[in-house]
Amino acid sequence: MSSPPSTRGPEGRRYKVLVAKMGLDGHDRGAKVVARALRDAGFEVIYTGLRQTPEQVAMAAVQEDVDVIGVSILNGAHLHLMRRLMRKLEELGADDIPVVLGGTIPVIDIEPLKKMGVREVFLPGTSLAEIIEKVRRLAEEKRSREEGLAKVEG
Amino acid sequence: MKRPGDYDSLWVVIGGCDWRCKVAVALFDERELERIAKAYKEWEEKVVPEWLKRMPERMEEFTTLSGIPLKRVYTPLDLKDWDYMEKLGFPGDYPFTRGIHATMYRAKLWTMRMFSGYGGPEETNRRLKFLIEHGETGLSLAFDEPTLVGIDPDDPMAEGHVGIEGVNVASLRDMEIIFEGINLGEVTTNMTINPPAPVLLSYYVAVAEKQGVPYHKIGGTTQNDPLKEFIAQKTYVFPPEAAVKIAMDLVEWSVKNLPKWNPISISGYHIREAGATAVQELAFTLADGIEYVRQLIARGMDVDEFAPRLSFFFDAHINFFEEIAKFRAARRMWAKIMKDWFGAKKKRSMWLRFHTQTAGVSLVPQEPWNNIVRTAIEALAAVLGGTQSLHTNSFDEPFRVPSEFAAKIALRTQQIIAYETGVADVVDPLGGSYFIEWLTDEIEERAWRIIERIESMGGMLEAVKKGYPQREIAESAYRFQKELEEGKRFIVGVNIFRSDDIEEIRKVPLLEFDQEEIEERQKRRVKEVRASRNQERWRRALDNLRRAAERGENIMPYVLEAAKAYATIGEIMGVLKEVYGVYVEPPEY
Amino acid sequence: MKASSVDRLIELALEGKLRALGRLLTLVEHPGPEALEVLSRVAPRAGRAQVIGFTGIPGAGKSTLVSRVITHLRRRGYKVAVLAIDPSSPYSGGSIMGDRLRMQEHAADPGVFIRSIPTRGLKGGLSMAALAMIEVFDALGYDKIIIETVGVGQSEVDVAHAAHTIVVVTMPGAGDDIQMLKAGVMEIGDIYVVNKSDKPEANKTAAYLQFALEKEGIGRGEGWTPRLVKTSAVMGQGIDVLVDAIEEHWRYLKDTGLAARRVASRRVLLTRLMAEARLNAALSEVLEEMRGEVEAALEKDISGAFTLSEVLARRAAERVLKGSRAG
Ligand code: B12
Ligand SMILES: Nc1nc2c(ncn2[C@@H]2O[C@H](COP(=O)(O)OP(=O)(O)O)[C@@H](O)[C@H]2O)c(=O)[nH]1
Ligand SMILES: [Mg+2]
Repeated sequence: MSSPPSTRGPEGRRYKVLVAKMGLDGHDRGAKVVARALRDAGFEVIYTGLRQTPEQVAMAAVQEDVDVIGVSILNGAHLHLMRRLMRKLEELGADDIPVVLGGTIPVIDIEPLKKMGVREVFLPGTSLAEIIEKVRRLAEEKRSREEGLAKVEG
Repeated sequence: MKRPGDYDSLWVVIGGCDWRCKVAVALFDERELERIAKAYKEWEEKVVPEWLKRMPERMEEFTTLSGIPLKRVYTPLDLKDWDYMEKLGFPGDYPFTRGIHATMYRAKLWTMRMFSGYGGPEETNRRLKFLIEHGETGLSLAFDEPTLVGIDPDDPMAEGHVGIEGVNVASLRDMEIIFEGINLGEVTTNMTINPPAPVLLSYYVAVAEKQGVPYHKIGGTTQNDPLKEFIAQKTYVFPPEAAVKIAMDLVEWSVKNLPKWNPISISGYHIREAGATAVQELAFTLADGIEYVRQLIARGMDVDEFAPRLSFFFDAHINFFEEIAKFRAARRMWAKIMKDWFGAKKKRSMWLRFHTQTAGVSLVPQEPWNNIVRTAIEALAAVLGGTQSLHTNSFDEPFRVPSEFAAKIALRTQQIIAYETGVADVVDPLGGSYFIEWLTDEIEERAWRIIERIESMGGMLEAVKKGYPQREIAESAYRFQKELEEGKRFIVGVNIFRSDDIEEIRKVPLLEFDQEEIEERQKRRVKEVRASRNQERWRRALDNLRRAAERGENIMPYVLEAAKAYATIGEIMGVLKEVYGVYVEPPEY
Repeated sequence: MKASSVDRLIELALEGKLRALGRLLTLVEHPGPEALEVLSRVAPRAGRAQVIGFTGIPGAGKSTLVSRVITHLRRRGYKVAVLAIDPSSPYSGGSIMGDRLRMQEHAADPGVFIRSIPTRGLKGGLSMAALAMIEVFDALGYDKIIIETVGVGQSEVDVAHAAHTIVVVTMPGAGDDIQMLKAGVMEIGDIYVVNKSDKPEANKTAAYLQFALEKEGIGRGEGWTPRLVKTSAVMGQGIDVLVDAIEEHWRYLKDTGLAARRVASRRVLLTRLMAEARLNAALSEVLEEMRGEVEAALEKDISGAFTLSEVLARRAAERVLKGSRAG
C-alpha cells in the first residue's frame, strides 16, 4: 500500500482551497460534503458560506491567497456567475489561481465554461476520490509555478 | 404533561389513556410463540448455516439508509408483545397508523400535484394549463430564487437568476398573469414559499378576490415553515425568532380567515434532501411541528382551532420499506403528540396529513432514463405509506427544471400506480407484515430519542439556533457519500455498472427558455408596476406595515393591503428586514 | 526565492496590488528564509500603524462589532487590515471563514484587507504568523490593524500583548464574573465593551464592569484609565464612542512614547519566536536523525538517554548557526 499523495507543497505548507457558494443558490449539501472530504484529505479549507457575490469570492481568494478555488453551483446561474468570477480574478491579477466547478451543470455548458478558464467541471455522481486527486494536482501545479511569481508581475 | 417518549416498550403509561392502554394485549398466543421460537432456533442453527456455506450472503450486514440493521427474516417473534389495537387500530381511527381516512384511496385517490413553474408568469400559466389538461388534480407553484428570498428582479443580487428555478413573482401583477384563465375557486394551489409567504399568500388572495372567489373557497397551502429554512432549504431571510413570529402570524390569520387554507406545510422533504436519514427527517420534522404548536398555543389559540389546518411534507426515498414504515410511524407519533402532549380533542387535530415528493437527490445524470424507474418505486412507497398528495420528479431532475415531456412521464407514473396496479384498492396493504410493523416501531423508537434530545435543548427553535440539526444533517450527508465511495451503498450507473457515456446525457431534451429575455421582461414589468400604481395608497400601506411590525402586531392584514396596493415583494420584505433584521448563517461544515 | 522577486512583490503591493499583498502574507506565515527576507525588507517601513486587538469569548459579537468599527474607520479615512484568528469550528475543525463572513460588507472595498490565520498546521505557531503579518500590513500603509482573537491560550495572549490597544468585548450575562475578567488578556484591556446592549440585562453587566474597573484594578495601567463603552453591533449603536476611545488611546500612546515602545516589544517577541521556530525545526531534524541512538540508550539506562538531550541541543544550535535550511 502506498501512502496517499501529499496535500502539502514543497515548503510544507498545506494546500489551501476556497470552497465557494455564489449568488442566491442555497444548495449547500454538495459544497459541504466536498469541503469536508478535502479537509479530511489534508487540505486547508475555507468555506465562504452562502450568498456571496462573485466579486466577494474573488477578493476572499486573493486575500487568503488560496491555491484552488472550488465553486459549487446548482441553481442554473453558473454561466453568469462564473463569468463574473473569472472577470474579477483577472482584474485582481489572480487568474493563475485554478478554478474548478461542481454542481448542476448541463453538459452543453462545459465547453463555454472551459473557454472561460474553468479548469475542471464535476458533475453530480463524481467520486470524492476523483475530486481530491484533481484538486490536489491543480494545487501542486500552481505551487510549482509560484517560484517565479510570473503572474503577479504580469 | 406526559410525553409519548416516556413509555417503556409497549406498556403504555401515557396520561389520559383510554381502555386501550389498560391491558396490553399481545397479538400472539404464548404457546404458539414458544412453538415458533423453537422452530426458529432450529432453522437458524441448522438450516441457515447450510445455506450460508453453499451461498454466502451478499453483505456482512444489511442496513436501511438510516443505518438500522436488518435481520434475515421477520416472524411473529419480533412482535411478541405487540398490541394490535394500540399500535394500529383501524384506518381513520387513533392512532391513525393505517391512514387518516377510513376508506383512503378507495374513496379518493391522492392529489396529483406537480411542482411547477419557470420563467415568467406567462410561461408558468401555460405549464399549469398543460398539466391540468393531462389530469393533474392540484396545482403547485415553484418560485425562482429571487422570489424565494423576497427580492425584486432588478435587485443586483437577482442578476442572472430570474426565472431559472421557478417562476418569478415580483408583484400582484405577476400573480394575476399566472392564474389567467384558472378559477381559484375550483383549484387548490400549493406555494413553496417561506420568508415571503405572507406576501405571496396576499397576492394569491388578492387575485382570488378580483376573480370574485369568496375567502371560504380559497384552498391550498403555503409552505411557510421557517425552521427548516435554517436547517435545510436555506432561503432564510430573517433571524430565527422573527422568522417564526412572522410564520405564526400567517397561520393565525389564515386559520381565522381562510378556512380551507393550509397555512403551513411542516417539511421534512428539504431536511432529507439536505442529507438527513429517514429517522432524522421524521424526528426533526415532528420537532418543528411541536415548536409551532407551542408557539400558537402561546398566542392564546386553542389547539383544536388550528391543529386541523397543520399539514406536513415528506420525502419518499429509494429505500422502499423504510420509507413506508416512516410514513406510518409519522402518523402514529403525531397523533400521540397532539393527543397526549397538547390535549387535542378533535380527531382532525391528530391527523398527520401530508404531501410527498419523490427523492430528487436519488436521481443522477448518468443514464438519466433510469430516473423514471427510481421515481416510480419511490412514488409507490409514498402511496403504500398513505400520502394525501404526491409530486413525482421528472427524469431530467439532475439537469434543469422539468421539460413538458419529462413532467408528463412523471405525472403518468402516478396515474399508472393509481389506475393500473391495484395498490390503491386496499387500505394500508402492508399492515401486519412482521417486517413492516417491526420497522415502523423501530423507526418510531429512534425518532423519539432524537425528539427527546431536542426537548432537552429547549425545543427546536433553540436547537436550530445552536446548529444541532444542521450539524447532524451535514454529518449524515457526509457519511452517505463515504458509503458510496466505499461501495457500501450503490447507485446504478454511478458506482456500480458505472456509465461514463456522456453522449447519452447529451440526448436528454432539456427545457429551453430565453432566460435573459425573461429577466428583462420581469425587470420591465416591475418598473411599470412601480410607476403606474396609486402612490398614495402604496406609501400609506407600507408605512402602516412598518408601524404594525414595530408594534409587534400580526402583520398579515397590513401585508395584504400592501399587496393590493401593488407593493413589490422586495419593498414589502425590505420594510420587514428593516424591522426584524437579517440572518447570516455561521458557515460550519 | 530570489531576493529580486520579493522586491518586486513588495513593489507591487505598494502600488496597491492586493494579490501581491496576499502572497507576501503567505510568505511570512511560516518561518523560513522567505519570511526573513520579506520581513527584513518591509520592516523599515513599518512602525506607524495602530494595532488593535479585539478579544473576548466566542459569540460576544467581536466580528460583528469589528465590521461596524471598520465602517467608521473607513469614514475617517483610514486603511484597515483585519487578522482573524478564528477558532476552528469545535465540531468539525473546519471553517475559518466565520469571522470574514460577518465582515463581508467590506469585501469589495479595496481599502479593507481581511486575512484569516489558520489555527492548525502553522510551523512557527499562530503568534509568529500574526506578528509577522502585522509588520507587513504596517509597512504597506494600513493605518489600523485589527486582530480578532478569543484571547485564550499562550499564543493568543502573546498576540494580544503585541497590540497597542486592547479592546475587551463582553456581553450581557458574561461580564458579571470578576474571576473571568482576571483571566489572561481580559485583565489588561484598555477599552472594555459591553456589546449587545440592545439586550435588557446590559445595564447590569455594565454597572458590574464599571465597579470592577474602579475597585479591582482591572486594566493595563500605565497611567491610562480604562474606558467602558456600551455598544450594540447589530443596531449600530455606540460605535462612534468606541472608535473615539480607540483614537484617544492612540493619541495617548503616541504622546507618552508608549506607542513606539510597544512596537519595539512586539518586534522583540517576533524575533524571539522566529529564533525559537528555527531552533525547534533544527531540533526536530536532529532528533529524527538520532532517534535510534536515543532509543538504544533508553533501553540500556534512562539517565544515559536524557544526557543525550545535551548533545541534541548542541547539534541543533550548530545547525542553525551553520545556516542549514532548518527553518
Ligand atoms: C438536494 C436538492 C435540494 C435541497 C437542497 C438541500 C441543501 N441544503 O443542499 C432542497 C430540497 C432544499 C432544494 C431546494 C431547491 N431546489 Co434543489 N435540488 C436538489 C437536488 C435533488 C440534489 C442536489 C444535491 O444535493 N445532490 C447531492 C450532492 C452531494 O451532489 P452535488 O451537489 O451535485 O455535488 C457533487 C458534484 O456536483 C460535485 N460538486 C458539487 N459542488 C462542488 C464543489 C466543488 C468545489 C467540487 C470540487 C465539486 C463539487 O461533487 C459532488 C460529489 O459528487 C438537485 C437535483 C439533482 N438530482 O442534482 C435539485 C436542483 C439543484 N434544485 C433545483 C431547484 C429548482 C430548487 C429550488 C429553487 C426549488 C424551488 N423552486 O423551491 C429550491 C431552492 C433552494 C435554494 N435555497 O436555493 C433545480 C435547479 C434547476 C437548475 N439548475 O436549473 C435542481 C437541478 C432540480 C430540478 N431539476 O429542478 N433542492
Ligand atoms: N443582540 C445582539 N446580537 C449581536 C450583537 N453583536 C453580535 N450579535 C450576534 O451575536 C452572534 C455572535 O456574533 P459574532 O460577531 O460572530 O461573535 P464573535 O464570536 O465574538 O466574533 C451573532 O449571532 C451576532 O449576530 C449585538 O450587538 N446585539
Ligand atoms: Mg468572530
